[in-house]
Amino acid sequence: MTINRRNFLKGASATAAVLTAPAFIGQAQAADALKMAVILDQSGGLDIYGRPMVDASHLAVEEINAAGGLLGKQVDLTVYDPQSTIQFYTQYATKAATSDRVDVVQAGITSASRESIRPLLSRYKTLYFYNTLYEGGVCDTNNYCTGSTPGQTVEKLVPYTMNKWGKKVYIIAADYNYGHITADWVQKYVRDNGGDPVETEFFPLDVTNFGPTIKKIQAAKPDMVMSALVGGAHVSFYRQYAAAGMSKSVPIASTTFGVGNEHLMISAEEGDGMIVAYSYFQEIDSADNKAFVKRFQDRFGADAPYLNELAARQYEGIYLWAEAVKTAGTAERMKVIEALDAPTSINGPSGKVTIDPQTHHAVQNVYLAELKDQKFNIIQTYEQQQPTDTQLVCDLIATPNQSNFYFENGLKAAGID
Amino acid sequence: MDLFAALALQIIYGIANLVLISIGLAVIFGMMRVINLAHGEFLMLGGYSVIVATNNGVNIWVAMFILAPLIVGLIGLIVEWCLIRFLYGRMVDTLLATWGLSLFFIGLITTIFGAQTATTISPPFGAITIGEYSSSGYELFLICIAVLMIILLYLLLRYTKLGLVARGTMQGADMAASLGVSTQRVYSTTFGIGAALTGLAGGLLAPITGILPTIGAIYIGKAFITVISGGTAILAGTASASVLLGAINGIVAFVIGPTMGEVALLLLAIVLLRLMPQGITGRFFKRSL
Repeated sequence: MTINRRNFLKGASATAAVLTAPAFIGQAQAADALKMAVILDQSGGLDIYGRPMVDASHLAVEEINAAGGLLGKQVDLTVYDPQSTIQFYTQYATKAATSDRVDVVQAGITSASRESIRPLLSRYKTLYFYNTLYEGGVCDTNNYCTGSTPGQTVEKLVPYTMNKWGKKVYIIAADYNYGHITADWVQKYVRDNGGDPVETEFFPLDVTNFGPTIKKIQAAKPDMVMSALVGGAHVSFYRQYAAAGMSKSVPIASTTFGVGNEHLMISAEEGDGMIVAYSYFQEIDSADNKAFVKRFQDRFGADAPYLNELAARQYEGIYLWAEAVKTAGTAERMKVIEALDAPTSINGPSGKVTIDPQTHHAVQNVYLAELKDQKFNIIQTYEQQQPTDTQLVCDLIATPNQSNFYFENGLKAAGID
Repeated sequence: MDLFAALALQIIYGIANLVLISIGLAVIFGMMRVINLAHGEFLMLGGYSVIVATNNGVNIWVAMFILAPLIVGLIGLIVEWCLIRFLYGRMVDTLLATWGLSLFFIGLITTIFGAQTATTISPPFGAITIGEYSSSGYELFLICIAVLMIILLYLLLRYTKLGLVARGTMQGADMAASLGVSTQRVYSTTFGIGAALTGLAGGLLAPITGILPTIGAIYIGKAFITVISGGTAILAGTASASVLLGAINGIVAFVIGPTMGEVALLLLAIVLLRLMPQGITGRFFKRSL
């Protein structure tokens, strides 16, 4: 559009109309449909995580609409692809909040993406759900972090694997915020359980040759390796580790392996015996989950991705919001937050998921699973785990109206040792 | 002592790894001065050829040594025919065009196979033990292959008619043309051979790396750093740069940590290019291949 006088005047008068009558516009839109924006990477390096989450979002919204919508209205889903670029996250979140005027944003994979849009959505008073497992520590009235955190998963994984394999733990992690904070948690839990975190190493995301580290692991002679490696390049570690004959003698546990469906990208013999902990596995043996997996596979056919915690929790995050809207009788932000904190609880594919009003995280089941023939076999179930890590630093009941990320500078800075 | 031997083997593998990922680029960039930003995607396509072929029951050796170079070589010929041949001598334009090409390949593979593809292959060799340490037998195999690739390429360039004609064309295209050489055909053959070598490397790396549509971006930086640090002589340059960069990367990664290993590699490349702007072979081994 070129800017000439006529267009300018048209635009200016429209802007004036919007400015003078925001309440009217808001109502007019609300009468049509409830609006939800999903911002998840469907291209670029993070698409292995984002694409199944987007599929799950479509399924959830389609189901809600097929069942008559919410409050008698349809839910209108807008999906944005930030292309694994942080700048697009802020751009689309701004658009969703100010131009689309959505009722809720369900978005974000990496912690960096979350931190780029969380303050912004808080400022625009647009309710925000972050459904990815992460390192814990967000304390934000406007933001619900429904994914599992180290206090729920690593806290179970470390003692279980140390009992099974031994107390000397070699930690390897991705060299960014998530990896560093998770490594802090692993060290803490290893020490708490009387173990010895012999060495911790961090890897830039584009490292593909892990040979020198594998030699260091052999020299350190640990009983087990705990991995918080992230992304496609790091898959090479598991393959080279197995090729060096290490996977049989020094087994691996991981806080990240599988959420990008990495277990399909290495062969069965390379992955067998690895132990992981998440709040969802496709193999969960419950009627709810079997029905969910079937609906998902029917909807997406032969191309349906393997379901992991990220996709299932994205689906459940949308249902948590939907349930709260039903309870509140409106999609208005503060009413929905009150309903969520009541607290809202749903029975999803992963089991019962309940909002923890103190931290705006989720109380959820946690499962330990062992990899065998490119499938996870669940070996332990821990019902209804509290987000104990974030509860140490965050109390939204005592101090509402905050928007903080307490673990930003690691655990020591947050006063946790 | 065992540690020393095991580590030495590991560092030699790091060097061989750099040779593998950059040799195809060295042929295309070194001989034709074409900046192929889709080089990483050629590696990725080699990897995908192996994964898809083995998933469909093809023998892993056939997939690695025949299918991967054949498929990627053919793709290289097609790319040269539809795109590159219009852009010779226009370095910035080839840069843009091949960047677009890399995005196209990523999109194409994601569309066909999804964001990831399951694999069933693992390295066809077991581990070898050195005292208390164990190393991957497959990595030893890759070291041999890298050496073999350099020797074969040397023989091809030095002793065959094709090699002679190719070198002549690179040194003076006009003169070669006036002597009756079809320079166009030489260019496309060279590009095809470079692509095939890249496909072979991608295929060989498939059993020990993760293969995703976006994985090419991880290799392209290191491949370019190696080739440019190496300078004008394709083989001597790639080999000498790989030795220096691979060794420093491996040693520092072991002594300090992987992050510093990457930093050391980049730092050395900067220092090398500051001291020798034409690359290593701009100063040493000047008359070599």
